[in-house]
Amino acid sequence: MEGVIQQFYLKSSILKTSLHIQSFCSFRFNKIILNGETVVAKEKGLSFSEFSKTVYKESGIAYPKFFKMDNLSKLTFLTAEVLLKNCALPSEEKEKMALVLSNRSASLDTDRKHQLSIQSKENFYPSPAVFVYTLPNIGMGEISIRHQIKGENAFFVFKEFNAKFLMQYSEALIHNKKASHVLCGWVDIEEDAYRSFMYLVSKRGTYIHSEAIINKEYQNI
Amino acid sequence: METLRQELKENIIEQLNLEDFTVDDIADDDRLFGDGLGLDSIDALELIVMLDKNYGIKLTDPKEGKEIFVSIAVLAEYIATHRTK
Amino acid sequence: MKRVFITANTIVSPLGFTSDENLQQIKNNSSAIQFYNNTEILPNGFHAAIINEEKLNQNFQKSIVASDYTKLEKMMILSLQDTMACANFEITDRTALLIATTKGNIDTLNTKSKTSAHKAYLHVLGETIQNHFQFKNEPIIVSNACVSGILAVAVAKRLIQNGVYDNAFIVAGDVVSKFTLSGFHSFQAMSDSPCKPYSKYRNGITIGEAAASVAITSGSTSQNRIEIIGDGSCNDANHISGPSRTGEGLYKSIVSSLEEANVSAENIDFISAHGTATLYNDEMEAVAFNRANLQRTPLHSLKGYYGHTLGASGLLEAIVGLHSMQNNMLYTSLGMDELGVSKPLNIIQRNEKKNIRTFLKTASGFGGCNTAVLFKK
Repeated sequence: MEGVIQQFYLKSSILKTSLHIQSFCSFRFNKIILNGETVVAKEKGLSFSEFSKTVYKESGIAYPKFFKMDNLSKLTFLTAEVLLKNCALPSEEKEKMALVLSNRSASLDTDRKHQLSIQSKENFYPSPAVFVYTLPNIGMGEISIRHQIKGENAFFVFKEFNAKFLMQYSEALIHNKKASHVLCGWVDIEEDAYRSFMYLVSKRGTYIHSEAIINKEYQNI
Repeated sequence: METLRQELKENIIEQLNLEDFTVDDIADDDRLFGDGLGLDSIDALELIVMLDKNYGIKLTDPKEGKEIFVSIAVLAEYIATHRTK
Repeated sequence: MKRVFITANTIVSPLGFTSDENLQQIKNNSSAIQFYNNTEILPNGFHAAIINEEKLNQNFQKSIVASDYTKLEKMMILSLQDTMACANFEITDRTALLIATTKGNIDTLNTKSKTSAHKAYLHVLGETIQNHFQFKNEPIIVSNACVSGILAVAVAKRLIQNGVYDNAFIVAGDVVSKFTLSGFHSFQAMSDSPCKPYSKYRNGITIGEAAASVAITSGSTSQNRIEIIGDGSCNDANHISGPSRTGEGLYKSIVSSLEEANVSAENIDFISAHGTATLYNDEMEAVAFNRANLQRTPLHSLKGYYGHTLGASGLLEAIVGLHSMQNNMLYTSLGMDELGVSKPLNIIQRNEKKNIRTFLKTASGFGGCNTAVLFKK
């Protein structure tokens, strides 16, 4: 019996350590860090709208729908853009990739805009283009469309960044054969205070998939 | 009518966040949906709100929208005859 | 892989404050949808399914010491309390709490609201529920549009299967608010009569409110346990609000759940579908079910009873499905008359006895999300 239990732990620890992280990408304080290196740094005084517009323009992509997105979706979209460009996955791998994102304030940044538009009876003009973004998972929809990702999707809310949960859930998805790659992370914005952190979990990669490493990279901006 | 068309172009660019367009890029007869300006279903809903807010026109049937949101020229024509403000 | 079961459940809705009360109303084909002539909220009033606040307070005070809780919190606590009393396990540090909601206490954003807008943060709602019941772990909040409630079931199952937790409680809830009513109104998505899923005469959704909860565990020998045997939650990658014309994400989600369970389409006895009664959603589902070869399987939408309860709907409707299995009964899809989708579907037109062993629950939502979960008796 003891042998069986030991074998089980050995097996599960092999499974656990067999996962890796290919790349990390963070956006904060008008800076972008990719795998520990600062790849973009703009003046601190820029608003998120100005910063995101500059990053979009400099990235050279032509995707006019970007300008229709709310700020949470713009942040989600751009972070995924920088990360996935760096990972260069074949499209058939991308199609099966899972998306697991999380944050603290859900879509409150846009919820407040919708609330303003319905507050008075006389000036009651709720905007469908605002309302559609009053859900935190819409940004995942935007990156799914952009990269043709048709895999597992889930959006979670926590008080603070929760590396342990993200790790546990990504492992569960991979062990249950629901995905072989998981785009994981945190995207949070309220007015100009924003922070994003995404990484790609897969069977190959430079970094070990561990809570300590995820937390260390999260703090790295 | 010319002023109304001009005003519509400015409003559409602003309301629908058509960042890559200027008023001069939009011809009166350009198709708003499909290949033209590339608007989609959410934009159509947003145009319905714009008609209500700016011109006091209430559309309740989305199918009506399809006949009106053809081009700037058609839209301006419709507004000129139906506006209440 | 560990087997995972649902062992207890409670629905708190306008149709009743226990699952049994709810099932009785469904057997009688009674709808909770009413017309509200409230022009403060929408210029022409609206149809909705709303919980009577007085009745809620009476039920709440019967067993729980009154506190400064919002309507949604009361609904969730009432539901969860009942489920916890019926579950075969206690809270330990290996028990997860999952909360599924789209908008939580969103009505506190209104500047006229007496409650602090701080409550609009979903983690604050989570802490309130956690503290009320003294859960040891931080709640896992699933906020993934209209699939939230059923996606939470898949999440809990996956975490328990992989040994992260031994068991879990899930509570899903959303309320009818000016916030969501005005939004769907601006989307021209609101029906001008009680919604009619899959009908030729359908013209939009009706909003409702409810809280629903379940106990999930890998350790059960109960006769009434229902096993969760497969799941999938795939994206359409097509449009953020418009349902996919090919039903891609829903089809992929169904296939993923079937493959995991090693079950073929012919072995599914009944489907509880999403059926919001918008033109495009119901059509999308018809396409996806036909692609999955499920066009002959008896199917209903419960939106004609409860309206669309947003983040609660997936879990609420799954619970009714679990009772369908236990009672071996198919319940009428309320609002259906003439089929109004382009592909065949076998819509349940009257209550009917049927031996149900395997049941599929599906949901879809904004952002192109879809979820399918497969249950077995």
